[in-house]
Amino acid sequence: MSYVRYIDKTRAYYESIGYEKPYQWAHFDEVPFTRLTRPLSECRIALVSTSDIAIKANEDGADPHEQFLVGSVYSIPADTSVEALYSPQEHYDVNATHLDDVNSFFPITRLQELAASGHCADIAPRAHGVYTAYSQRRTLEIDAPEVLKRCREDAVDAVVLVPI
Amino acid sequence: MCHQTVSLVARYLEQHGLPTVVIATARDIVEHCGVARLVFTDFPLGNPCGEPYDEPMQREIVGRALDLLAQAQQPRTTVVAPFEWSKGTQWKELIFSEEQPFLEGEAYDNWIEGKQRYRELKDKGEI
Repeated sequence: MSYVRYIDKTRAYYESIGYEKPYQWAHFDEVPFTRLTRPLSECRIALVSTSDIAIKANEDGADPHEQFLVGSVYSIPADTSVEALYSPQEHYDVNATHLDDVNSFFPITRLQELAASGHCADIAPRAHGVYTAYSQRRTLEIDAPEVLKRCREDAVDAVVLVPI
Repeated sequence: MCHQTVSLVARYLEQHGLPTVVIATARDIVEHCGVARLVFTDFPLGNPCGEPYDEPMQREIVGRALDLLAQAQQPRTTVVAPFEWSKGTQWKELIFSEEQPFLEGEAYDNWIEGKQRYRELKDKGEI
């Protein structure tokens, strides 16, 4: 069975529940491309997630969306135990699956295993979260440069990005 | 939406000399935006890196993403993870269908509230 066309499906779905103006999904003809400059086995890899990944111990009852309502970047130590992590995300297929296994969407343990077996050199000390902004411009002008800055500070060679 | 955010960030990093790979379940959104490298997993939204608690599958998918960093020769390179969702394909018909609302109750309210607050901030010129 063919894969789900979310752009078409959500357009029809939101029309059916009363939204007339279709969402304009970001589209570019040109796609930038950078090659690895050294063998993968010598590369430091960073993980970036839009799953709103959070540390349970840091929960003080405040909704993280309150602080970063329209998109922002935060970091968590890559060696945080996965048992201490969770995602409060609601925008996934709740009828088909769940987010109980952090590595199914934030594969930090799998990356560390791959580094340990020599697949890559190591994993950057920080993983980064980006809250989804309703504004594409904000993502491109504020959040993306912040992710780049943090990756450069950590001497990262390449980045694995995972949406929920 | 968060597929688009990831795609926009990936594009920015590539533009500034940092190679990227995206692991995602919504292939069309990522390819519509256009990224350098994508590992597409044909699973429900939520588990792009493999089925929950299936460590060998997750290692395979994430390993392929790392390999793609080195192997891709050009942008828009998509690799399809060689796995099928173990509970069948029914989720594909039900997602975003009228018989199965995507967000219900509190989740729907939170979404509407977020949109409203964004509009207010935008009106105030704060974003």
